[in-house]
Formats: sequence, C-alpha cells, structure tokens
Amino acid sequence: MIAQNFDYLTPVSLAEAFDLLNDPGAKVMAGGMSLIPMMKLRLAAPERVVDLRHVPGLNKIQQDGAMLRIGAMTTHHELESTPLVRAACPLLAQAAAAIGDVQVRNVGTIGGSIAHADPSADYPAALQALEAEIRIAHRGGERTVLAKDFFQDTFTTALEPNELIVEISVPLEAKCTGASYQKMLQPASGFAIVGIAARVSMDGGKVSMVRVGVTGLGGSSYRAANVEALLVGSEGSAADIGKAAAVVAEGIDANSDIHASAEYRAHLARVYTARALSAAIARAEAQ
Amino acid sequence: MKKSITVTINGTKHTHDVEPRLLLIHYLREVVGLTGPHIGCETSICGACTVSVDGKAIKSCAMFAVQADGREILTIEGLSADGKLHPVQQAFWEEHGLQCGYCTPGMIMASKQLIERNPSPTESEIRHGLEGNLCRCTGYQHIVAAVKAAAAKMGA
Amino acid sequence: MATTITKLDTLVGRKIKRKEDPRLITGTATYVDDIQMPGMYHACIVRSPHAAAHIRGIETKAALELPGVVAVYTGADVKDVGPVPCGASLPGLRVPHHHILAQDRVYYVGHPVAVVVARDRYIARDAVDLIEVDFDPTDAVADPEKALAEGAPAVHPQWPDNIAFNYHQENGEVDKVFAEAEVVVKQRITSQRLIPCSMETRGVVADYRSGEKALTIYSSSQIPHLMRSLVAGMLGIPENKLRVVAPEVGGGFGCKLNVYAEEALMGFIAIRTGKPVKWIESRREHMQATIHGRGHVDYYEIAARRDGVITGIKLKLIQDLGSYHQLLTPVIPTLSVLMMPGLYRCKTVRADIVGVFTNCVPTDAYRGAGRPEATHGIERMVDILAAELKMDPVEIRLKNFIHSDEFPYATGTGLMYDSGDYTKPLKTALEMANYNELRAEQTKARAAGRYMGIGLSTYGEICAIGPSPATPAGGWESATVRVEPSGTVTVLTGIKPQGQGEETTFSQIAADELGVGFDDVVVMHGDTSVVQYGIGTFGSRATAIGGTAMYLAIQELKTKIKRFGAMLLDSDDVSYANGRCTCNKSGKSVSLAEIAGAAHRAMKLPANTEPGLVASNFWEPPNFTFPFGAHIVVTEIDKDTGAIEIRRYIAVDDCGKVINPLIVAGQVQGGVVQGLGQALYEHGIYDDSGQLLTGEFMDYAIPKASMSPNIEMASTETPTPVNPLRVKGVGEAATIGCSPAVVNSVVDALSPLGVRHLDMPLTSEKIWKVLQGGRA
Ligand SMILES: Cc1cc2nc3c(=O)[nH]c(=O)nc-3n(C[C@H](O)[C@H](O)[C@H](O)COP(=O)(O)OP(=O)(O)OC[C@H]3O[C@@H](n4cnc5c(N)ncnc54)[C@H](O)[C@@H]3O)c2cc1C
Ligand code: FES
Ligand code: FES
Repeated sequence: MIAQNFDYLTPVSLAEAFDLLNDPGAKVMAGGMSLIPMMKLRLAAPERVVDLRHVPGLNKIQQDGAMLRIGAMTTHHELESTPLVRAACPLLAQAAAAIGDVQVRNVGTIGGSIAHADPSADYPAALQALEAEIRIAHRGGERTVLAKDFFQDTFTTALEPNELIVEISVPLEAKCTGASYQKMLQPASGFAIVGIAARVSMDGGKVSMVRVGVTGLGGSSYRAANVEALLVGSEGSAADIGKAAAVVAEGIDANSDIHASAEYRAHLARVYTARALSAAIARAEAQ
Repeated sequence: MKKSITVTINGTKHTHDVEPRLLLIHYLREVVGLTGPHIGCETSICGACTVSVDGKAIKSCAMFAVQADGREILTIEGLSADGKLHPVQQAFWEEHGLQCGYCTPGMIMASKQLIERNPSPTESEIRHGLEGNLCRCTGYQHIVAAVKAAAAKMGA
Repeated sequence: MATTITKLDTLVGRKIKRKEDPRLITGTATYVDDIQMPGMYHACIVRSPHAAAHIRGIETKAALELPGVVAVYTGADVKDVGPVPCGASLPGLRVPHHHILAQDRVYYVGHPVAVVVARDRYIARDAVDLIEVDFDPTDAVADPEKALAEGAPAVHPQWPDNIAFNYHQENGEVDKVFAEAEVVVKQRITSQRLIPCSMETRGVVADYRSGEKALTIYSSSQIPHLMRSLVAGMLGIPENKLRVVAPEVGGGFGCKLNVYAEEALMGFIAIRTGKPVKWIESRREHMQATIHGRGHVDYYEIAARRDGVITGIKLKLIQDLGSYHQLLTPVIPTLSVLMMPGLYRCKTVRADIVGVFTNCVPTDAYRGAGRPEATHGIERMVDILAAELKMDPVEIRLKNFIHSDEFPYATGTGLMYDSGDYTKPLKTALEMANYNELRAEQTKARAAGRYMGIGLSTYGEICAIGPSPATPAGGWESATVRVEPSGTVTVLTGIKPQGQGEETTFSQIAADELGVGFDDVVVMHGDTSVVQYGIGTFGSRATAIGGTAMYLAIQELKTKIKRFGAMLLDSDDVSYANGRCTCNKSGKSVSLAEIAGAAHRAMKLPANTEPGLVASNFWEPPNFTFPFGAHIVVTEIDKDTGAIEIRRYIAVDDCGKVINPLIVAGQVQGGVVQGLGQALYEHGIYDDSGQLLTGEFMDYAIPKASMSPNIEMASTETPTPVNPLRVKGVGEAATIGCSPAVVNSVVDALSPLGVRHLDMPLTSEKIWKVLQGGRA
C-alpha cells in the first residue's frame, strides 16, 4: 500500500493551480480521501499532485439570496455541523453526516467527492434531489452545470481536464418543504448500497413538488423523474408513495456485487425511496 | 524530489526532508519515532493510525506527510506528555476498554474527538461516532463504557 | 529496596485494573513493527495472483537494478529451507511438501513466489512491480464439495481425488439406534470460511549475529517456543542458536498459533545478507495468506424419541483444508468430532471427516477451532428437532442435559467432562430474559405480522488444551517463579498472551499466594532466551494450565521460604502468610524481603537447602476443562429489507472460578462480537476460479461498534476439579456460544414461514430472499 513517487505542489491561487494542472501528468487533490487510496493501490499514479489546500476562498459557505453557495473544499464535517447548512439545507447536512466515518468527514471535501463520482457516494443523491448547480472554473473562465448533467457514469463527470469545481449551489429549503436522505450501508466499507434523497413540498394537502435522487443503484447517480411524476399532485399517502417508489429502479441496470445482487439493490431502492419520501413528507407537513 | 516539511508534533517542531509519497503514518513511526499510532489496514478503514491534525482526528495512513507541513499534530504519545494520563486514557484503563491494545491509540484519539464535539454522548452516539475504528478484541462494550466515563469526567 | 507490604485483602476474584494497560494506552508498547535496527532491510513478498498456475520463469533483473534493492530470492534459492511444518499426524494423512517459496507451481491466491529485500519498504514495494513472473494458469477448485466431485481439477496432481485424509470415529450401536428411531432429523449445515483479522497483522524481524552464529527472530506469535523448535529445524540451525521473541502481540485468535513461511524466510535472508530484515504483513496479505478459520460443510442426522430424548448423532464433516497443511490444519475438524454431542447425554455417535484440498489458503485454528462448528451444528440440530417435535427449545435441552450428579461424565466421543451444572446458566439466562414474557410478546408480534425471534444456545467447550497425549507438541505448561533479593517477585511463564491480560491475573494469583503487593509482581513471557520452554497461549489454556504451573511453583517456593524463615526465626514451627513468616510460638516474624535477602546473601543456609529463591514447575494437566453457558438472543427482522436487529443479547457463562471479573467480561464481550461477525457478516469468499473476493477491510465486514449489541451478562461458577486454581478458561467460550444462538433466533423469527435452517452469514439479502420465497 505504497504510492508511486510524485512531485507535490501547493499553489496559492487558482491561477497558479491552473498553471500547474496544465501538465497532463498532474492531478488535483482536495482531501485525498479518494485519491490517496487509489494512489496507494497504484490505480492512480500521477506525476504531480496539486494540493488545493492553500488556495484561498474555496471553503466558504454563504447564503446568496435563495441559494446556499458552498466552496468545493468544504469538508463533509463542515457541512454536517455548520448551523447555516443544517438550517437552510438539512438534506445536504444529512448526506454529509452519512459519509464514511468521522476521520474521513474531517478531511474529505464535497468537491472531491463529486469530482470522483463514486457510484456509491452519498452527495450525488442529495445534489440530484436539490438540482444543485456546480460551478466549474478553467483558466480564464467558468461554467455552471446542473447535477443531472454533471454525473455521467461510474467515476465519470462533465469535468474536462484542467477544470476545477469551485462551488456547489443548492436552493435554501423553501417553506413547507421537507427532505430526507436514507441509506443502506455496505457493512464493511460504509458506502451506500443504495442511498435515496427525497425533497417534497406540500401545498394544501397535495404534493406540489417532489425530487428524488438515487445513488448506489446504477453506474451513476440519477434523478428518478418517473417517481416524481407519479407522486406530484397526489396526497402523498402511503399508497401514493408505494406506487411511486415502485418505479424507481425501472430501466436502470442495477449494480451487483458480493454485498448485494442487482435484484436486491433494486428492491432496496424501492424500499428506501418510500422511506425517504415518507420522511420528507412528514417533515414538510410539520413545517 | 524530496520536500522539506516542518511539523509540530506533540508540541515539538520537527523539520525533515521527505519523499512526497511518504505516508504520514510512516513519517510519524519511522522518521519521528512515534510508534504509538499503528497500521491495521492501510485502506483507511480500521482507524488504528488515527492522530489529530490541527485538532481534527484523521487517519494518518490516508495522508501524505507533505500535507502535514506547517500543521500541528497530536499523537497518543502527546496525550499524557506531562506524565498524567488524559481522562480518556484513564477511562480506557479503568473500564478495561482494551485487550491487545493494538487499536487503542487510534480508538482513544477518536474518542477524544467524539467527546470534544459531543460532551455527553449517548450509547448510540458513541457507537456510531466510533465507526471509523475497528477493534477485534473487546466487542466494544467496555470501550463504550470508557467513553461515557471519560465524558462524564471531562464534563465535570 | 523491599516493597513488600502487608495486606489482608485477596486479589483473586476482584476487578483489578490491568497492569498491561499503561504501556498500551500511552502508545509506548513495542509490537514487531515498532522494532527498528540500524541498517535493517525490508522485505516485500511477491505473491501469486492465480489460484493455480505453473511458474514458467521469474525475471528479477529489473528489480535488482533498482537502486536500494539488495537481493531478490525465488523458490530455487530456498528449496532446501523448510518445509513449513504440519504438526498433525492422522492415519494416512497426505502431506504436500510445503516450500517457503513456490517452486514450479502455485496453489492459491497469495502463495509466496519471490521476496525482495531492499533498504526501505518503499523501495521494496517498488521492486515488486518490476518482477515478472511468467504464470501459466490452470484450472482451480475453491469449494470443498466441488473438489470432491468427479473430474474436479486436482489441487495437487499426485492426489487427483483431492482427499487429504478420511477419519472415522464411532461409539455405540449407531445403525440400530437410527433404524429404531421414532424420529430422525437431517440437515446440511455450513460454517463458512472466516478470516481471523487480528488488528495487528503478522510480522517478522530477523537479526543474525554471524560471530555467534546466532539468529534472533521477533515474530507476532502465540507460540514462541514451538516456533523456535520448528524454525530451527526449517533453517537447519541448532535450536539453542535461535532465539524467538514474541513482543507485544496485537491479537491472535489462533492465526498466530502457527509457523508460516515468513519466519524461516526472514531468517534465511538475515543469515544470507548479514543484516537485520523486517517483513510486515499488509492487510491484503493477511486476508490472502494467513490461515482462515472454519470452512465446514456438515451433514447432520439426529435420532430421537418422540419425547425429545436424543438417541443418536451422525455427522459427515467435509473440511475445506485449503491447499496445504499449516501447523494444525488437519486436526481442527477432529476437535469438532470430540465436541459433537455438546452438553447432551447421548453417547451413540458416528462421525466421518473427509479433509479436502482446495486452491485456497489453508484453514487452521481460529477462535474456537473446531468447537464453534460442532456447537453450531448440535445447537442447530437440537432446535430443528424441537421444531419437528413441536417442543420448546428450552424443554428439549433440559431433557437431554447431562445431570449435575453425573460428572465426571464420559462422552461417546472419548472425553471425560470434568464438572458441570448445565441448567444453572440456562435458568439464569431465562430469568434475565424473562423468557415467558418474551414468548408472549412474540405471539403478539406474530399476530401483528412482525418477525420476532428468540433463540438460545447452551454450549460447552473443551478448554485448557490440553493433556499432552491430546496435542501434537505437548499440552503442559511451565512457570518459573523467583523472589528477587529485594523481595519482589518475577514470574516467567511459558504462555504468550495477546490481550488476555495474564500479566494481571497471574499477578493477582502470585500476590495472593506470596502475600506481596500486586505491583511487586512482574510477569514475563514471550522471549525464549528469558523464559524456560513453554507451549503458548491458545485453546483457552493459559490460566488453567500456565496459571497452575505458576501456582505449583509458588507452593514449592513457599516451602523454601519457610525453611529460611524458620532459620532466621530460629524456630521449627513457622507459618507463612501475608508476606511474613511467623513463629507460631513466639509470634515473632520476618518479612519476605528479609528472607529473600538472607537466601541470596547465603551467610547461613538451612539444612539441605540451596541459596536463592526460585522454583520451576512444568505442569501436565490430567484432563481438559469443560466450561459451558447459555446465551439468549432476541432478534427482530425488518420485513422490507431483511435486516436483522439484535434487540437483546444475554450471555451467562460458567468458566469455573473467576480470577478477574473485568477480564472475564471482556473476553465474553469480545467473544460474542466475534461470533456475531460469523453469524451475520463475515465470510471469506472465493469465487469459482479461486479469486478471493474479500481481500480487504473494504469488503470483509468485521463488526464495528455500531453493529455490535450491548450484552447483558451474568456468570455462574462451577469449579473444575482438574486444577488447583479451579479455573476452566474463557477465551473462546462466548464465540462458541454466540453463532448458534443468533441463528436459532433468526430461524425462530422466520419459522412461521416454514424456515427450519439458514446458513451463515445471515446477510440482509439472504433474509430478504427467504421473506420473498418463504423458505431458504
Ligand atoms: C474509509 C472511507 C469511507 C468512505 N465512505 C464514504 C461514504 O460512505 N460515502 C461517500 O460518499 N464517500 C465515502 N468516502 C469517500 C469520501 O467521501 C471522499 O472524501 C471523497 O470521495 C473525496 O473527497 P476528497 O476531498 O477527499 O477528494 P480527493 O480524494 O482529493 O479527490 C478525489 C478526486 O476528485 C478530484 N478533485 C478533487 N477536488 C477537485 C476539484 N475541486 N475539482 C475537480 N476535481 C477535483 C481529484 O483529482 C480526484 O480525482 C469514503 C472514503 C473513505 C476513505
Ligand atoms: S491503518 Fe489507517 S485506517 Fe487502518
Ligand atoms: S484491543 Fe485488540 S484490537 Fe482493540
């Protein structure tokens, strides 16, 4: 478990980071919680590691109108524990708290997690349900990509080489909206066998808005639009939820491994979708 | 390719030239000579290598020594530097929170973080708060008791 | 200066904080990987990625050219070293020659093929990538039943049937009993492969002094003396030129009750290079190349009367041996046979073992070693029989227990159970659980469509292993007790703890016996040049046998102490208590320190008495000991996901006399959670091609704190007559009691669906499938 040698670089500005990343052998590092294990397994062997730790301004959490803007270098622990996030976007705090363990959460970052795009990672489900906007910078410019377009496949995102995630924006939780993240843990690694994020708004006893993000089931996280379509406009009863949750795995080529077969994962996705929706509705109604 | 790093470890400044790929755990154990933190898995699961960096518990098998440049590290050896056991150490002793002791330095460092963030944790909070640390000997029950006892003492 | 204090309290039986702990909680203990030596080399082993392959060639040139690489050795270099020893002897046993590095073939994933020696471990690791081994993979077989099938690939070509041995044992008129039985139940029951996962992996440092022709091996071992004998043989050096030191050992659970290729390999390197060398097993290597446990496929049949009395037990045991025999590999299943009647009176038994080679790492002793498999089997079968007869599992056990007035009890498998009162822990556990209320709650839960289970196991154990005729290398244990000139006490014991806390329990006993303070006793172990020959720590033997050897040495010492005391007091009527020798007539007394001083200065000696205060004892136990207990587990199943919740865990254990309740509680808790790991989570999985799918902690789930229950505990104390301390042993007990209790509970929960048996581990998915299909 020893990495191949590399050169270690610590830029102090984004501009310098882009300069350093201009080299095809360079790889950016945030918390290193995914990158370092890959390097130790020699599945990754960058010649240069560009550590963003000294680049200022990448770990701010700020409210901006109806949005919460989160710097890419914000750690999982900061997200789960910052009062502003817990109050304004509890779904994200809940997803952050579900990640790995304390030591990993102390170091790992949201930018690193979503750039890595592990099919079993927790944030992607939440970001899908939140319709998050991911701000990506490159030398001399930036663009914003929606979560649904960002996560493309297993370990594959919309990021181009030499691009960096700088910020993730999520909507503040609106009135009468509730959300919940529900996860079945792989007992050894703690990653999600499936993880479901649900966001629901209730209006006059009816579901006026619903978003469902899914992780762990397929090659990439996704938004379950079919579930949403079945539930919106309903009363959100147990029967409504059951009917909607039943379709969450439709058309998905479910993952299969020693921890869960495809069939079981698909089943779990349905169960956890129902659980996340019920919890979200209960919270929405409690508001 | 070597980098010069300066790290404050248990209150003492250390400066060394290290290969960037040198893991912090190997740096602590083999360069600085602090063999309290252990290696149990090298895959960031077991937590035996847990130390505190700038006040945060981290797994030192998942960090390069160069990343610690300019930071403050506390290892198990530094907990009782003045010769007096830290309340968490004392509680592990009194509650028999260890058997072979291999997981213990990491377990104590993680428990310390847990209590700092949650001064009166419930049993369930302790069990979940220690999910980054494996122990093959104790079955955890006495560890839970130790954390509770330490929390009570530290709160008092 | 004498620190002997007069004290009246006894320490035995009390919760005493461990004296091991100060070094462990401050990070100042020395485990193998903490050893640093000037100029020390590091070794990294090249292992086979294939389960079965021919080695066509090995290219080492690029590795040797890497700066910092000192040497690369392959099978050819070490073909005369070894073989890795198998201590077992069974009639007709086939023993493959186990080279320390593969010769022309590899037999399992992880099989060592070559070793790189370099100046540091990073360079050694880099060099491994530069070694090219030309493998020609062949068909492999990883499942023992498949290995027995016609046409299966031969693990060792010279034995195409893959059978290493057959073993038969029988007592009573088995055929007749089964023919006449009112009821017969049958079940196939597996005990899956488990990976020991001591948190400290294995590790070896070897240091050779060429001037003295003396080799020192530091190894994380449970058996330093046996290792010395065996490794000296492997390397062809005189035994008295080899010193083995087992420093602090970070857990063993049986996997360090062994001698592996690496000890001899590091010894070979140290001798060849003249420099110290270190090898530390990576976690992946631990999963691939350290022994696994269990690996049983058992076919049980039980004959019984309609009233629930068991009349006969038949077992066909297929043992997955892996590709080689490690130290005890083939004898482990024979322990299962010994234990197969459990706590029950039935003496009519038949067992057939077939030991099967597979292209996997060898199985060997892992916490319980053969006994958990047997207990799991009988405890499951008793429940199956109870279900068949519609009896309560408590009632059927009470009906079959050996009665407390029947001890010593000769079993049908050749054991003599020492003492027991099996209803006692069961009754205690039932009271703690409030069993009748639980059953009432279960009835309600079932009516409400919930799956709640109540399961129990009443288990027995063979501990204090064991009389020498029953072990391959001696079953005695040794101790030397010295009173130093100042009056402090040093104990040298042949056992080798790995967390069990004998420095503490032995100090308690010694302090009580000699009337000195707890802190005045130092217990030393694990260094063959310090401690007289000993056997080691395994089979829950350390206190029962090693403690007894110490106790007897102390008794001898006390006689001598009294002789010196009598001389100093000028009396022929003295007694010794509380660290003082007192003249019974005058009431005058002298302290142990004064006596020790006199015995060492030796200005004057009692008649026929040598100077000094030291005594040694090598104690051969007359029998094993047989602890027992009862565990009750309440589970509830999440109908939607199949996830199992352990609602309550009750453990009542009887391990004979308790020296330190804190330590016994720790052993029970740790044991339960290891048993729970087997019951719910752990499985060393090989795919059909012999690839290990659970090769890291990312995939092999040992229980975390959040997955472990809070255990409600009690104990009963039934002393053993086998040793003067009256202790039985507790290291493995709870592991043995746990897995059947958990599985019985889950099967009970699902019994309304017609479920009669489920094989471990009881993963959520497995349970969900049962819920889907109604049957496993
Ligand atoms: C033991 C363990 C358990 C874990 N359990 C979970 C879990 O339960 N759920 C879960 O979701 N995750 C889990 N993780 C993964 C964890 O969340 C990681 O922190 C995260 O995946 C990576 O974040 P990082 O900051 O450490 O990124 P790094 O490891 O530094 O980087 C990851 C990748 O992202 C790239 N990258 C980093 N930052 C940026 C950026 N700003 N712009 C562009 N690219 C960037 C890197 O080049 C690299 O390819 C676990 C990890 C460990 C070690
Ligand atoms: S060694 Fe670092 S987590 Fe196991
Ligand atoms: S005390 Fe041995 S691993 Fe925890």
